[in-house]
Amino acid sequence: MIETLAAVTAADTPGVFLSWGIFSIQLGNLIVIVAMFALFALALVIPFPGNRRQK
Amino acid sequence: MSDIDQVETGTPTEAETDHTWTGRTRRWVLKRLPPDKLLPNTQPSYVASWIYVFGMGAIASLLFIIASGVILSLNGPMWYHLSSLGHFVNSVHLWSVEFFFFFMVIHLWGKFWMAAWRGNRVLTWITGVVSFAVSIVAAFTGYLVQTNFDSEWIAFQAKDAINATGIGAWFNVTNFGQMFMWHILLLPIAVIVIVALHIVLVRMHGVVSPIDADETDSQLINKEIAHVETH
Repeated sequence: MIETLAAVTAADTPGVFLSWGIFSIQLGNLIVIVAMFALFALALVIPFPGNRRQK
Repeated sequence: MSDIDQVETGTPTEAETDHTWTGRTRRWVLKRLPPDKLLPNTQPSYVASWIYVFGMGAIASLLFIIASGVILSLNGPMWYHLSSLGHFVNSVHLWSVEFFFFFMVIHLWGKFWMAAWRGNRVLTWITGVVSFAVSIVAAFTGYLVQTNFDSEWIAFQAKDAINATGIGAWFNVTNFGQMFMWHILLLPIAVIVIVALHIVLVRMHGVVSPIDADETDSQLINKEIAHVETH
């Protein structure tokens, strides 16, 4: 019962929203998008290890 | 005796004498996807880049999604709501989906900027787009079958959007049984089949080379010369 109530309470949490004028985004979504851009950029510049198995 | 040997000795080839559908299918498959293409042990040097790992990251995430989904199916909602292990597996299922889309989107960006549909790879690109679209529907139906107040709220918001498309009377997001079947049977089958087709097409056509590499990469120039010599 306690676990069920805890789950209901967690589902009720609205989350943190950031707003700039008409633009609004939930913090979690913003973090995911920024992380994707960061990983994409890093994948382009960081050298790939282990070149022994290349043709 | 191979077909080449038979041609040299003047005897008819297997393709000329065998007209069974199984034989024709085998020859068609082996011609387009020989074992060394299906399971290659080397790749061109340009594949040694982190930008090429995100497709495999999405596949690894999909395996975790399927495995955790099977465990959730075996034990049911009460287990994954009320036991700590069930809650953990439920969370693994959620986070596998997060990583699946995370890697798939970066894979999409990478392939878009490589113009990866070049070199007769249009169908590879299209199957990737379709798998992305079907995966989104699969994820949305997952929201609907959480069996909590969150899923009820989402279903009653989603019904207005679905009704606006005109298919709400048939694809009823407030019908838990229907959404449950879509989420754990129909859509997983669709995602797995399309992703498998996508991978087979990648194997058939090979990993796309960087733009302009055809003119500068000695590997590709040698490959082209060998291709011309054999035809």
